[in-house]
Amino acid sequence: MSTNNEKRKTYYESIIKQGYSRRDFMKFSTYMAAFMGLESSMVGQIAQSLENTPRMPVIWEHYQECTCCSESFIRSDHPIVADIILDRISLDYTLTLMAASGHQAEAAKQETMKKYKGEYILCVEGSIPLGDDGNYCCIAGKTAKESFLEAAEGAKAIIAWGSCASNGCVQAAKPNPTEATPIHKIVKNKPIIRVPGCPPIGEVMAGVIVHVVAFGRLPELDRLGRPKAFYAKRVHDSCYRRPYYDAGLFAETFDDKNAKDGYCLYKLGCKGPMTYNSCGTIKWNNGVSYPIQSGHGCIGCSEANFWDNGPFYERATKVPGLTEEGLADDIGKVAAGVLAGGLAVHAVAANISKRKELMSRINRGKSNEKNIDS
Amino acid sequence: METRNFKRVMVWELPVRIFHWINVLAIIVLTVTGFLIANPPALLSSAEATNLHTFGIIRFIHFTAAYIFFFVMILRVYWAFNGNQFASWRAFWPFSKKNWNNFWHVLKIDIFLLNEEKRNVKNISIGHNSVATLSYLVMFFIALIQIATGFALYADMSGWWLPKLFSWVIPIFGGDFMVRTIHHISMWLFIFFSMVHIYLVFYHDYIEGRGEVSSMFGGFKFVSETRLKKAAKFHDKEIEEK
Ligand code: SF4
Repeated sequence: MSTNNEKRKTYYESIIKQGYSRRDFMKFSTYMAAFMGLESSMVGQIAQSLENTPRMPVIWEHYQECTCCSESFIRSDHPIVADIILDRISLDYTLTLMAASGHQAEAAKQETMKKYKGEYILCVEGSIPLGDDGNYCCIAGKTAKESFLEAAEGAKAIIAWGSCASNGCVQAAKPNPTEATPIHKIVKNKPIIRVPGCPPIGEVMAGVIVHVVAFGRLPELDRLGRPKAFYAKRVHDSCYRRPYYDAGLFAETFDDKNAKDGYCLYKLGCKGPMTYNSCGTIKWNNGVSYPIQSGHGCIGCSEANFWDNGPFYERATKVPGLTEEGLADDIGKVAAGVLAGGLAVHAVAANISKRKELMSRINRGKSNEKNIDS
Repeated sequence: METRNFKRVMVWELPVRIFHWINVLAIIVLTVTGFLIANPPALLSSAEATNLHTFGIIRFIHFTAAYIFFFVMILRVYWAFNGNQFASWRAFWPFSKKNWNNFWHVLKIDIFLLNEEKRNVKNISIGHNSVATLSYLVMFFIALIQIATGFALYADMSGWWLPKLFSWVIPIFGGDFMVRTIHHISMWLFIFFSMVHIYLVFYHDYIEGRGEVSSMFGGFKFVSETRLKKAAKFHDKEIEEK
């Protein structure tokens, strides 16, 4: 952890000082460019700006979360990500990884906020509880909301790490007792990058932060504020089981032959077709695998309200606002049955109530039939 | 015994009928394929995925039918400004005294099955009655919801600008999950509507015997001569004689 008094080194200087070679550095730049989906001519640009820009001050806040985002980040593929960007050099404040603690830590944060007002990046991991005056999550005597608003005030941009900060995640699932709230609902006047996922892929996190520090601006975002480079496609669009899906070959249970043969997990509740993420291409644990490859359907962890949107292991549509049993098709079938019954009753009632009218028409028709002439 | 002369009236012009029947087909196809997509049946095949494209074909049919559904609806909206009085948007305008009088009348006589003391021929709608127009307006908006949610879900798979026009829908609901749920539930509303719609058409034909069913094929209804202008009688003859 750096002290705030020394002159800010460039990323390159920090990397070299850590004992990496220039070759490692160039490999790292290439690697990041690839993840960000940039063309190879951009590698030079990344390297150049990492060489010349002094490192950006970063404050990393933890609120209602499980730290899986940090865990994911420090396990990302390239060692430089964890070593340089995250823990040793770049972070001015992060509860989990910093050496300082208590008053010392808070002092470091205050100093960064003052000294680099308008320059630092605020990373937020976790949602912010608004219920009961925010008392469900307090750090250093302040509620999460106070602490967040204070840090957001002077931030250049905010990165919402993970589904907690982006969507509220599990603690915002119904009935959301603490009123866990994603950060974009609390601060509106700052650029916010949402990087959802529970956790987001480490390489994605690295890609986002390197983009910000290397180019000094936000990556291209989609309408939900997610970086397009990583969230433009559904998991389903890059899933290696997709040919089975298109063929209509599905695993019916987790232990049938189809599952063993690697058929599509759609009928076992895979949410890949509705989930925007890079799991199918970047994968997890240094590209080893991802849930579907390991035989488990996608649960849609990077989508808003994924906890409340139907069962994980079934293809069913839940009616929002109803309890466990509220599956749209069941309700629909019952309603259609009731409706059909109602129509049958109406038909009988019509025959009874309108019998005079009917009979008169029928009689007229019959007598006319008798009188047909030609 | 009363006798009446009936006159042939073109009520549903060809574009209206084309819209109606293509729409029927599209809704049936969309619903069936929609159910299959929502919950595909187990395929009894030992073929390799390379040689099969079953689900892809079902989806293709769904998307094609969706485009057809969309385009006939545009045709119908166009015709609401160019068609006859029964097709016109004015026939659907709910905010008039006449409309609500008819509405209560239909509710009393056809839904709650009361009998009238004195029958007024003017209460018999030649085109849509007011309850029907209201239900079509509601269905029109549900159809818009289906189109918007459907194309929004489809947009990311498409390179065409038309589906992409609807990609703003997803962020409103925070993601595909909610959009898909709305799409699925709205489909049930189409099913409920169809049940009631078909029943009431049969009901009118059965009770009133005015050719409600066949009018949607041939376009004609037969209207009591007393409801036409006097001059029309002769005019009609002239045409027939020619
Ligand atoms: S396993 Fe899931 S993501 Fe993969 S093809 Fe099947 S439904 Fe799509």
